Amino acid sequence: MEQLIQQLVNGVSLGSIYALIALGYTMVYGIINLINFAHGDIYMIGAYIGFALTTFLHLGFFPALILSMLLTSMLGMVIEKVAYKPIRKSTRIAALITAISVSLFLEYGMMYFVKPETRTFPEVLPNKQISIFNTSAVLDIKNIYILVVTITLMLILQYVIYKTKVGKAMRAVSLDSDAAQLMGIDINKTISYTFAIGSALAGAAGVLVGSYYNSINPLMGVVPGLKAFVAAVIGGIGVIPGAVLGGFFLGFTETLVSAFGGSLYKDAVAFAVLILVLLIKPKGLLGRNIREKV
Amino acid sequence: MLELQNLNVFYGAIHALRDVSLKINEGEIVTLIGANGAGKTTTLRTISGIEKAQSGKLLYNGKELNSVSASEIVKLGICHVPEGRRVFSTMSVFENLEMGAYTRNDKVQIKKDMEHVFSLFPRLLERKNQMAGTLSGGEQQMLAIGRALLSKPKLLLLDEPSMGLAPLVVKEIFSIIKDINKDGTTILLVEQNANMALQCADRAYIIKNGEIDMEGNAQALLNDESVKNAYLGG
Ligand SMILES: Nc1ncnc2c1ncn2[C@@H]1O[C@H](COP(=O)(O)OP(=O)(O)O)[C@@H](O)[C@H]1O
Ligand SMILES: [Mg+2]
Repeated sequence: MEQLIQQLVNGVSLGSIYALIALGYTMVYGIINLINFAHGDIYMIGAYIGFALTTFLHLGFFPALILSMLLTSMLGMVIEKVAYKPIRKSTRIAALITAISVSLFLEYGMMYFVKPETRTFPEVLPNKQISIFNTSAVLDIKNIYILVVTITLMLILQYVIYKTKVGKAMRAVSLDSDAAQLMGIDINKTISYTFAIGSALAGAAGVLVGSYYNSINPLMGVVPGLKAFVAAVIGGIGVIPGAVLGGFFLGFTETLVSAFGGSLYKDAVAFAVLILVLLIKPKGLLGRNIREKV
Repeated sequence: MLELQNLNVFYGAIHALRDVSLKINEGEIVTLIGANGAGKTTTLRTISGIEKAQSGKLLYNGKELNSVSASEIVKLGICHVPEGRRVFSTMSVFENLEMGAYTRNDKVQIKKDMEHVFSLFPRLLERKNQMAGTLSGGEQQMLAIGRALLSKPKLLLLDEPSMGLAPLVVKEIFSIIKDINKDGTTILLVEQNANMALQCADRAYIIKNGEIDMEGNAQALLNDESVKNAYLGG
């Protein structure tokens, strides 16, 4: 029982991280149908930026979080401009190969600059643990930080997408980019903003993970990136609430598998869940297929 | 107002428009008719900057548009209602209209224009918060036209507004097109329904295999034997 409660707490944190990264995958896919495999590496770079800001500039958690989001959003825009924009009209396979190349470039580029070894992220969050209902299960204050930051960012995202002009333009471009262009929407700018927002969320996830686990390395983005991609597909790629649902769904599934002693198999279970969901709902849990009426 | 001079447009190896020249004067309704695949849509897409011409000139009030981006062209006052309506299906009717006003910042005036669109299409007001994808075909066409009107166009390009609609709805749409024109908007109307289009328009061009085949007064073409045989069902 205690083990279960503990794993549920962990599930919330893990789910939050997956959801934050999955949002970027799904937004970018929604707007240009590209699976941005470099997205997990933006999360890694976000963690390194957070590490540098807290270690060398001694910034606190929140300033480091915000600055890191700012810098990763710029990185996202640059990557889009340099790597993806020139091939926007090419085949999907060319786009996929490009995304994988960008991913490898970021991973090994970082390895060159920051060395491959694991770094210790400073303790920037209060190190306090509360016992849950007088059991031996503990709630680390850091879990609360992760959850609150995640929810706040999601609310802001919700606001931006549904209430602002830029956000509505993003939805319009992802629904029909030609029609959006005919309304005078600048497609290039809109795509650029989408990368900025998605990358900022990944950057935030990086800082959260760094300050939670206190250890980062240049390949830390590979597995969470893949998992977040799985989460986005489970939820229905291109559908924003789907990314959140998929992220938490996957986070809970993995921690529950661990709770029942299967921690060795949790990755396998993640992919098994993916296959199962796609067999039952090929478009993902919230994926929809609205047919145009004529 | 708008002048196309010997435009040539290609899709890869397909030569879609061959030396197309046409002219639209301020205040007119001009129709461009022709069979499926003749190049009507391509002509409109080139005017609105989505396709680029390989050669030839595109002049709007004397200004060359050839290298102007699609979003700039909307700002200059040309708005294109695409074939098949292309409303944003999972956005509400209201949000679709807001997207029409995307290039504008004059909030007060936008609100007034929104009301004007609702007075032209009262059904859109009733369905303001409904998702556009759930509207009927006729309502979607009204939304597509209303959305375009919110960009405050001086020249409105309409691509087959009657497509797939019941005859009664087609009539309604055409009468609104005339009203919009009377309010001072110049219109380039692309149609396969040549009969309706010629009755509505001042002047007409007939396009065939990417080339302008005939041009003239709409009424005259309506009574022309060869046009009758080829486009008006004999
Ligand atoms: N995106 C495209 N790619 C290749 N060929 C196209 C494309 N769009 C149109 N065409 C071709 O260009 C020609 C003109 O098409 P279009 O302008 O759509 O005709 P219309 O609107 O008169 O039916 C046709 O032969 C069509 O097959
Ligand atoms: Mg057409």
